[in-house]
Amino acid sequence: MTTRFINNDVKPESHSRLFWLISDSWVLAKRSIRHITRNLDQLFSVALFPIMFFLLFRYVFGGAIDTGSISYVNFLVAGIFVQMLAFGANYTTMNLAIDLQRGIVNRFKSLPISRSALLIGHVGADLVRNMMTGLIVIGVSFLVGFEPVAGVIDWILIFILAALFSLAISWISAVMGLIVKSIEAAQWTGFIVIFPLTFVSSAFVPTETMPYALRLFAENQPLTHVIEAIRSWLVGTPVGDSGWLAFAWCIGIIVVTVPTASWLFKRQTLR
Amino acid sequence: MLFESAYLITRFGKMNNKSKKDVNEQMLSGTTGADDVAVSVKGLRKSFKNVTVLDGIDFDIQKGTVLALLGPNGAGKTTTVHILSTLLLPDSGSIKINNFDVVKQVNKVRSLIGLTGQYAALDEYLTARENLQMIGRLYRLSHKDIGRRTDELLELFDLVHASNRAVKTYSGGMRRRLDLAVSLIASPPILFLDEPTTGLDPQSRLIMWDIVKHLVSGGTTVLLTTQDMDEADHLANKIIVMNGGKIIAEGTSEELKLLVGSERLEITVINEEDFERAATIIQEENLRIEKSSKKLSFATKGGVHQLKQVLSQLDEAKIEVENISFHSPTMDDVFLTLTGHMTNTEDAGSKEDGVMIH
Repeated sequence: MTTRFINNDVKPESHSRLFWLISDSWVLAKRSIRHITRNLDQLFSVALFPIMFFLLFRYVFGGAIDTGSISYVNFLVAGIFVQMLAFGANYTTMNLAIDLQRGIVNRFKSLPISRSALLIGHVGADLVRNMMTGLIVIGVSFLVGFEPVAGVIDWILIFILAALFSLAISWISAVMGLIVKSIEAAQWTGFIVIFPLTFVSSAFVPTETMPYALRLFAENQPLTHVIEAIRSWLVGTPVGDSGWLAFAWCIGIIVVTVPTASWLFKRQTLR
Repeated sequence: MLFESAYLITRFGKMNNKSKKDVNEQMLSGTTGADDVAVSVKGLRKSFKNVTVLDGIDFDIQKGTVLALLGPNGAGKTTTVHILSTLLLPDSGSIKINNFDVVKQVNKVRSLIGLTGQYAALDEYLTARENLQMIGRLYRLSHKDIGRRTDELLELFDLVHASNRAVKTYSGGMRRRLDLAVSLIASPPILFLDEPTTGLDPQSRLIMWDIVKHLVSGGTTVLLTTQDMDEADHLANKIIVMNGGKIIAEGTSEELKLLVGSERLEITVINEEDFERAATIIQEENLRIEKSSKKLSFATKGGVHQLKQVLSQLDEAKIEVENISFHSPTMDDVFLTLTGHMTNTEDAGSKEDGVMIH
């Protein structure tokens, strides 16, 4: 037994670079996905946060907000849905910052792994987490009187846009996670960016009531387009240009942030 | 815990002292060639901004031996390990691991090395088994090999009973053991251990020592950093003493001890007021005084004659002696002689206790 301990003929497998990029990313995503259920904080934010926000707006503020011809609960679902996806992405910033501050990053760095795998792993786990959050939001919405008119194609479009949006905002979060110098900073940078983006949008109130400058921002920022697109598919509100603009924004953000994050990560960790 | 330690010691204990001596003899007789060099470092320099951290470091490590980098905080030990384990780029110098260049052949080097840092590099939320499997796959082992190695390592490091528990529930000793197990998953021929026992209780420390000895007896090459003289003395075939980014001495622990003389003579005086006088009366090189315990000590070559001489000097001055003893020099003595200060005097307050005169 003891003699086999080190004089061991374990040999690495040989596969293509692409195979290992996918394999390494999957191994690291699996790690982060396990964190979702084992870290109570994360579980809390995935399950309880959306429910609390939903009930807060539906029953506390909802009565005072005039959404015209459409009932407030029907108006609200798309807003809460997108906001929760955006909040969830903050975990990429947090978890990446935690990994970079702690000893484990040195372990990963000393391994012969694909350089971007750690980033892809975190973003991938974020996607899984956001899917869970999204399902919970939709599930709860039915309990509080949501009446969607969406058909199968609408639901498929919603799913695709939600996944793209989740990826886009996770990659933004990855960039922020690589820039911040501490775990504490990671905690609030997410909110500095995500809070204004989600609240100064059409998530909770129609933008018509906002002062001109805010309205100009709210109506042209990506979250509003994503919210408007999803709202139109869910409850049949007019979509305008928001449908294609939402996809364009998400793809544009991904195209810019993926190489930026990879470059930052290499610069930080490649010695 | 007691049981654990006894268990491991019986497993690892036997052949180790012998193998260390064998290698020592081999090194001293100079029968080693270039192919026997696992790690080669030439002219290594590194600065962070304007601070020079490594100022020209050269050393080789023979295959299957342990080299200890010994020195206080800030000596440059961890930076050296980080450069050798591809975490940092050197400013200049040539560093080769099994003849692969750490700058140009990074992935080759990474597949040969295991690294255990100062802080356990484990995932807190995963179990021991999951940590081993994750790193095994990232080392690109087959699932079959990973399963086999995971079982072997869990058993050998006595972690089977806790293997399905999250690491965050582990004690410090268990973490370090798992950390080392994880870095061994791919059976790397070269292992870097950065202060592997810092912060461990004495028993866990002994277990780690036994594991390291066992690995070396199986052919692993180890680079170890430590602030602990005892640890270097126990584990290393060769010791490099570092201070301020430079190598200030190197050799086997026996050779380093020769630097400070074969033995030290330690004299304790009875009265505190005699102490200062005694310190001026004894005209020896490298006299060390410890005021708080009224102790004076110096390296001695002569034995009885010198002893007699010193005693009669003290007697003439009417200084009463409480205790006299000879003892073999410790690595502390080596360090003190080489650098002029104790290794553990980080705060100025404790300096009074270890000043040198002459």
